[in-house]
Amino acid sequence: MCKNVIKGARDMTDTTFQEETIIRTSGSHNCGGRCIVKAHVKDGRIVRITSDDERPDTDKRPQLRGCLRCRAYRSYLYHEDRLKYPMKRIGKRGEGLFERISWEEALDTIADHTKRIMAEYGPEAIYLSYATGNAGKTSEQVWMRRLLALYGGYLDYYGTYSSACTNAATPYTYGTVNSGSSREDWVNSKLIILMGFNPAATIHGTNTAYYLKKAKEAGAKIICIDPLYSDTAVALADQWIPIRPTTDSALLDAMAYVIITENLQDQVFLDTYCLGFDEDHMPEGIPAGNSYKSYILGTGTDQVPKTPAWAERSTGIPREIIIQLAREYALNKPGALIQGFGPQRHAYGEQPPRSGAALAAMTGNIGIKGGWASGCGSPCRKQYVGSIPINNPCKAAISMYMWPLAIQKGTELGKREGVRGVDKLSANIKLIFNLAGNCLINQHSDTNGTAELLGDENLAQFIVVSDHFLTSSAKFADILLPGDNFMEREDIVLPWSAGDYVLFMNKAVDTVYECRNGYDWIRDLAERLELTAEFTQGKTLEDWLRFIVDETRKENPGFPSYEEFKEKGVYDWEYEEPAIAFKEQIEDPRHHPFPTPSGKIEFFSSRLWELDKPAEVPAIPKYIPAWEGPEDPLRGTYPLQCIGHHTKRRVHSMFDNNDWMEEAEAQVFWISIYDAKKRGIKNGERVCIYNTRGKVILTAKVTPRIMPGVISIPQGGWWSPDKEGTDQRGCINTLTKYQPTPLAFANPQHTNLVEVAKLDQMEAEK
Amino acid sequence: MSKQIAFYVEQKHCMGCSACQIACKDKHNLPLGQNFRQIHAYEGGDFTISGNVVYQNTYAYWIPVSCNHCVDAPCIAVCPSKAIFKRQEDGLVLINEKSCIGCRRCFAVCPYQAPQFDAANGKMKKCDFCQDLLQQGTAPACVSACPMRVLGYGELSELQKKYGDTSWVKGLPNTAKIKPAWVLVPHRDAVDV
Ligand code: SF4
Ligand code: SF4
Ligand code: SF4
Repeated sequence: MCKNVIKGARDMTDTTFQEETIIRTSGSHNCGGRCIVKAHVKDGRIVRITSDDERPDTDKRPQLRGCLRCRAYRSYLYHEDRLKYPMKRIGKRGEGLFERISWEEALDTIADHTKRIMAEYGPEAIYLSYATGNAGKTSEQVWMRRLLALYGGYLDYYGTYSSACTNAATPYTYGTVNSGSSREDWVNSKLIILMGFNPAATIHGTNTAYYLKKAKEAGAKIICIDPLYSDTAVALADQWIPIRPTTDSALLDAMAYVIITENLQDQVFLDTYCLGFDEDHMPEGIPAGNSYKSYILGTGTDQVPKTPAWAERSTGIPREIIIQLAREYALNKPGALIQGFGPQRHAYGEQPPRSGAALAAMTGNIGIKGGWASGCGSPCRKQYVGSIPINNPCKAAISMYMWPLAIQKGTELGKREGVRGVDKLSANIKLIFNLAGNCLINQHSDTNGTAELLGDENLAQFIVVSDHFLTSSAKFADILLPGDNFMEREDIVLPWSAGDYVLFMNKAVDTVYECRNGYDWIRDLAERLELTAEFTQGKTLEDWLRFIVDETRKENPGFPSYEEFKEKGVYDWEYEEPAIAFKEQIEDPRHHPFPTPSGKIEFFSSRLWELDKPAEVPAIPKYIPAWEGPEDPLRGTYPLQCIGHHTKRRVHSMFDNNDWMEEAEAQVFWISIYDAKKRGIKNGERVCIYNTRGKVILTAKVTPRIMPGVISIPQGGWWSPDKEGTDQRGCINTLTKYQPTPLAFANPQHTNLVEVAKLDQMEAEK
Repeated sequence: MSKQIAFYVEQKHCMGCSACQIACKDKHNLPLGQNFRQIHAYEGGDFTISGNVVYQNTYAYWIPVSCNHCVDAPCIAVCPSKAIFKRQEDGLVLINEKSCIGCRRCFAVCPYQAPQFDAANGKMKKCDFCQDLLQQGTAPACVSACPMRVLGYGELSELQKKYGDTSWVKGLPNTAKIKPAWVLVPHRDAVDV
C-alpha cells in the first residue's frame, strides 16, 4: 500500500499523537485534467486533500497540480444529498419520486427487463448512453459494455458531446485527429493564437495554462479570439479579439484572403504537401473553380471574395484587425493557431477545424517546432495502456447525439443519418443504461423536448441510472443506483488530453451506505444473466487491474510492476524531445505520406465531394452561416446569441450542487454592459432568458468581458423546472435546439438565439 | 531590519482559478463564508459599436489576497485585548484565540478584509501562513496549490531584491503606511503606464 505516515501533521505542539495516512489517487471525472490527488485520511475519514507537492517541479516534468474541484472533494464526498440506497421510481418518469429498495430487487428488475427486451427486440434496442462521470479504465460503463457484449450485444455510439465535429472533420484534412504537438513545444512559438480555447477553466490537459505561461515568458505573443474575455485571456493574452459565435470560419476565410492577396503564403509548402489549395493541385475529374483559393478569392462557384470587409459583417471583427491578425500569423513563424472545442460545437461545427488547418498549411506551420497543425489537436504522441476486453457482437453504432431519434424511429435510421456498422437499425431503443452521466437530459439539447420524449414509457421502456446525486438525468430513472466515487475505489486513469503519464487511483476510504462499485453490482447482474464465469473469468477487480498493468507492460518495457505502480501512483514516460505532429511527413514526405487517401494535406477532400451535400458539407472548408447564427432573420425576434461556456467550478454538470464551488463562483450568466443597459438590467439582477424552446431565470453578471450581442450561460447547471416549466438554475439546454450537425451528427450547443427581459416585463406580457 | 516572511504574487499571470482559495479552505477546515485567501476580481472598459463591428477596451485582472502580515500592522494597534501580535522570529501576525473577544475591529481596519469572524466560537481567525507546514519545511497550502506557479514566499527583503518592491496595484486600498509583506508583479492593466 502506498502509505506515508506523517507524525503530528496537524500541530507539532499537540501532545496527543496524531497519525494521518496519505493515499495517492486522482480524479476520474471528465474534467479536462488528470492530476495527482492525495487524500489525507484519519480514522477512516478524509481530513484534507493535497496535490502534487512533493515531486520536484521541473520544466521537463511539472508537477500535476490539481484544480479547485478535486481539492474541494470533501464537500462532495460527504455531501448530505448523496444517493445512499438503490431506489425504484414511484412517480411519473422525470418527476423525481423514488422509493428505497434492496439491491436484490433492483438487480432482479434490471435483469428481467434486460432479458425481456433482448428477447423481444434484440441488441440494437439496448443502449448505453454517453456518460463520462467516471472515466476510469474499470468504470461502470466498461463493465456494463463487457456484460452486454457477452449477453448478445448493445447499440454502441461514436463521438463525444465535447468534440464530435472536430473528431469527424479533422481526419478529412489530415487523416487523423492526432494533430497536436507536445505542449512543451509552445516555448518555441513566436505567436500563439487561441481560438475559443480557454484552458484556465477547461484545463484541457493538466498544466496547459502553465505551458502557455511558459511560452509567454519565452517571448510568444498570445492573442485570444473568443466571444468572452476568458480567464485564459485575462492571465495571458496580449490581445482579445471578440468574435460572434459560429463565425470562426468567416474570420479564417478572410485571413486566408489577406494572405493570398498579399502573397504571404508558403507556396513551396502548399505545392509539396497539399491537395486542393489551388486549381493546379486538384484531384482529377473535379470541375474547375472548386479549389480553396478559388473559393477564397471569389473566382469559383459563389463569386464572393472572402475579404475582411465581407467577414466583418458576420464576425463583428473590424476589418483592420482581421488584416493585422492575418499578417501577424503569416509573418511571425513559427506560430501556433490552437483551436478549442467551443467553436466546433455549433450548427456547422465541422468547418472551423478544417478552416484552421488550412491556415496552418498556408503558413507552413505544420510539422515544425513552434508550429501547430490546428484542427482537433489531440496529442500525436500516445502510449499504450491495456483495457478490459469487450467484444460487442452487435456492430450497429449511432452518433452519441442521435439517441432521441433512435428512440422515436430507430428503424428508419440508416447510413444517411450516420448509422455505422449496419445499413439500417433493426429496432428502436427500448432500454437505456445511463451510468455516471447527465446527458440523458441536462447535457443534451432541448431539455423540455427531451423530457417529453423520455416521459413516454411506451418508447424507452426502461431506464437504469447510476450516480452520486439525484441529478436531472437521474430523475428519469426507473431504477436508480448509488455509485461509489473516486475516493472509494481503485482504478487506473489516463490524462484527459495531453500528458505522457498514467495514474493509479488508490482507494482512500470505504464506500458509504449501500453505494457499490460498478464491478460488484454488474457482476451480480451477470449472475442473473447466467454469465458469471464468462464475465469475471474468475477475477476480482484487483486481478483485472493487474491484468491491465500486465497488458501495459507487454508494450512498454520500462513499465513498473503492479505493486510499484500502485505504490507510486504515477508512471511517467520520459522523452528527450517534445513530439511534433506530422514531423516525419514534412521532413520526409516520400516515405511518410499523410494518412489521407491522397497522402497529402487535403484542403479538398474527395470523400466529402462524393457525399454530394455541398451546401452543408463542402469538399473544402467554408464559412456556412448558421441557422440561429448572427445572420439568421430570427434575430429580429431573438436578437442575442447564447452560448454556454465551461467554468472552473463544475466538471460539466458535476459539482453543481456543491456549495464550496458556488462560493468560489456563483451560477450567473454573462451579458455585456451594452446589452444590459439597453434592457435596463443591473448587475446581480435576476432576469428571464427565453426563446421558443424554453425559459430560464438566472442572475445576470453585467460585464465588459463578453461581446455585445452575445450572452453566455455557464454550461452544467442542473435543469430545475418550476411548475410552469421555467428553469430556475440556468441549464443552457433549456434553450438549445435538437438538430444534429450535417457530417458528425453532433450537438450544436452554442447555436441559439434568445432574448433577455426583466422579470416585471415578463409578468406584464403575460 | 528584523525577519519578515512574505508572499510573492506574480499577479500578472493569475488566472483566477481559486485553487489557492480552496486549498486554504480545505487545509484550515473553513466553513462557508470564511476564506483566508480570496480572489478579488477587477474589470472595466467599454464597447464602441460601429455598424456591424465591435471595438473594445476591456480590461480585467485578479488579485489573490490573504493577510499580508504587515510590517506595521494596524490590526495589532486597534485590538483592545492584545490578541493580535507580531511574532519576532518571522514577522508573522497571529491571533491568540484565547484573548480574542470577537469585536471585529481588526477586520474593520484591515485593508484586505483578511481577518474572518467565526460565528461558531465568536472569535477572529485568519491566515497564519500555514505555520505548521512552514515548520515542516514545506510551502503554505496556497503556494503549493497554484497551478500557474504565481504564488511564492520568502524573506521580504530577498523577495524585494529579486522582484522589486511593488506591494500595491490599482483597485487595492492605499497601504503605503502599513507596509504589507508581499511583493507583487503587476498585471498589465493593474498599473498606470
Ligand atoms: S483537473 Fe480534474 S483531476 Fe485535476 S484536480 Fe481538477 S478536477 Fe481533479
Ligand atoms: S493584512 Fe490585515 S490582518 Fe493581516 S496584518 Fe495587515 S492589517 Fe492585519
Ligand atoms: S491558484 Fe494561482 S492562478 Fe489560481 S487564483 Fe490562486 S494565485 Fe491565481
